[in-house]
Amino acid sequence: MIDGVPPPAFLLLAGALLIGLTRGYLRTAVMFLAPVAALWAVWQVPDGVAVTAQFLGYAIEPVEGSPVRRLFASIFTIMAFTGALFAFRQARWFELSAAYAYAAGALGVCFAGDLITLFLYWELMAIFSTVVVWCGGTPQARAAGIRYAIMHLLGGVILKVGIEGVVIHTGSADIRPLLATNFDTWMILIGILINAAAPPVSAWLADAYPASSPTGSVFLSAFTTKSAVLALILLFPGEPVLIWVGLYMIFYGIVYALLENDARRILAYSIVNQVGFMVVAVGIGTELAINGAAAHAFAHIIYKALLFMSAGVVIYRTGVTRCSDLGGLFRTMPLTTVCGIIGALAISSFPLTSGFTTKTLISVAAEQQGLVLVYFALAAASAGVFLHAGIKFPWFVFFQKDSGMRPKDAPWNMGAAMVILAFLCIFLGVYPEPLWALLPYPVEYEPYEPGKVLFYLQLLLFSGLAFFLLLPLMKRTLTISLDTDWIWRVLLHRLGLWLLALGSALGERLSALARAIQTGPGARLVQALGSAGPLGRTWQIGTTALWIAVLLTGYVFLYYF
Amino acid sequence: MTHNDNHKGAAVDVPRVEGDDNHWLTRPRTIRRLWLGFALVLAATVLLQLVVKVKGYFVVDGWFGFAAAFGFACCVAMVLVAKLLGVILKRREDYYDD
Repeated sequence: MIDGVPPPAFLLLAGALLIGLTRGYLRTAVMFLAPVAALWAVWQVPDGVAVTAQFLGYAIEPVEGSPVRRLFASIFTIMAFTGALFAFRQARWFELSAAYAYAAGALGVCFAGDLITLFLYWELMAIFSTVVVWCGGTPQARAAGIRYAIMHLLGGVILKVGIEGVVIHTGSADIRPLLATNFDTWMILIGILINAAAPPVSAWLADAYPASSPTGSVFLSAFTTKSAVLALILLFPGEPVLIWVGLYMIFYGIVYALLENDARRILAYSIVNQVGFMVVAVGIGTELAINGAAAHAFAHIIYKALLFMSAGVVIYRTGVTRCSDLGGLFRTMPLTTVCGIIGALAISSFPLTSGFTTKTLISVAAEQQGLVLVYFALAAASAGVFLHAGIKFPWFVFFQKDSGMRPKDAPWNMGAAMVILAFLCIFLGVYPEPLWALLPYPVEYEPYEPGKVLFYLQLLLFSGLAFFLLLPLMKRTLTISLDTDWIWRVLLHRLGLWLLALGSALGERLSALARAIQTGPGARLVQALGSAGPLGRTWQIGTTALWIAVLLTGYVFLYYF
Repeated sequence: MTHNDNHKGAAVDVPRVEGDDNHWLTRPRTIRRLWLGFALVLAATVLLQLVVKVKGYFVVDGWFGFAAAFGFACCVAMVLVAKLLGVILKRREDYYDD
């Protein structure tokens, strides 16, 4: 307790429990009050360690505040609220309950003052995000959920190995900036990067998120990867390897999204792409870059949730997720179309949207450090984002050909949630100062220099031209794209089957050998030793006595010589 | 409905129409005008650089029309790379099902 205020994560956890215990209007009230109460509690957490406790002989710090922690915690609670608004009339109660427990895990990570607390909340997220994936309810969701759980539990184990190492070798579980210099810190870095969907295991994200329900993917898009970004900001600011990891993620996301046919999987790949920008920023590690990573995470959570909401409404209304089956929906779904376009413009960092004000911070940070290659790669990536998410997503879902479908527009609660987020996308693009005020370091940055705006307008609009000129090359195909998960889903599977076949072949050989022995020398042995054989049959006592007498005589005979 | 990907596995009843509804936004004349408008905007963004100075942090990015050419070229390159990788990576949707 901090002056009578419970830790924010506990409030959402209580909400998750109460959703299961209540019914009707009371349940709705719990859903909306829990995130509001949690947001209030977030702002009661002071800077520095607020709560200490003893756990397994270690002094732990379950609640520690700082500006960047409160920033991430705030957007997580805002997402829990708007996600619930989007979902509460359509999703089943256990999906929302799991989503709140999942969000509570993310909130706990935000305020974890030590690695042990961080790990506990990390696992809470892994467990309940898996439940959210399973709430997709299809056989694909069940299978994807199992693969998702294995990946995250494995990541948790790697993280735990690193944490144990650091605690034993340094004697402190404190969360403080580290560099990946030894085995322990590498394990922690890898454990966190698995949650950030970094290579070589990025595939879990595009595998699991699109398998969830139309409402579940909204929650999933927000918490896991962004809490990993916060953990990187707290633990590995300025770790050079992150720049290259991030750049790989950026271009991986673009290329896979370009190949993809499933609307939500396009968005899933673009999460990897966007988190890549943040990872690059953490790798650059200057105050400006960390500000950029935090601001971009904040803006990204909003527009990515908005994009998943617009895709969610389409799936809810049509039951279709393939771009090749969609199209022309703008006629009867104007609100969803406009909100989807606003989200798409924001993710493309179009001027006057939140993406422009936050993503350009990262570019400026790269420029100030003289990272020429990174700077131009980020510019190319901005063009690529407009290509794969900014135009491709709304074009194939709402425009292109007429699919003949005339579904109704969003139900009122889904529409309201989208309008709130669309408003925030534009608000933060026009008036970013409130967000600047929340950033960890002072901001002296003017995003709207005319020259910069013109640069980005040229970059983005000519990307748009490239998209429409290359449309024939982007014809949708009924395909999926192989990823590194092919190694364990197919190669290791086949290897396993081959080993099984090898085992049974060996078994056959052995039993054939056994049979051969049985019929050959074995049979003769059986003859000799069997109950009918000369050595095995029951002898009469007389015969036995005779043999004993013969043996004794032989023994006596040998003894005397 | 040919495909049904609904998350609950139940069919969603979507109202449908057959044939072309000739929506104003899809008429050839509108599309021609949209292209014309787009072309004008594209030209304007480049020509504006005569008036508005774009600061070049690494020399080349301040060149006239650099961002336009760079954005276009990068997008073409990314689409082609994706297309090439697609030859190797694309599989039928039910690839993992069996």
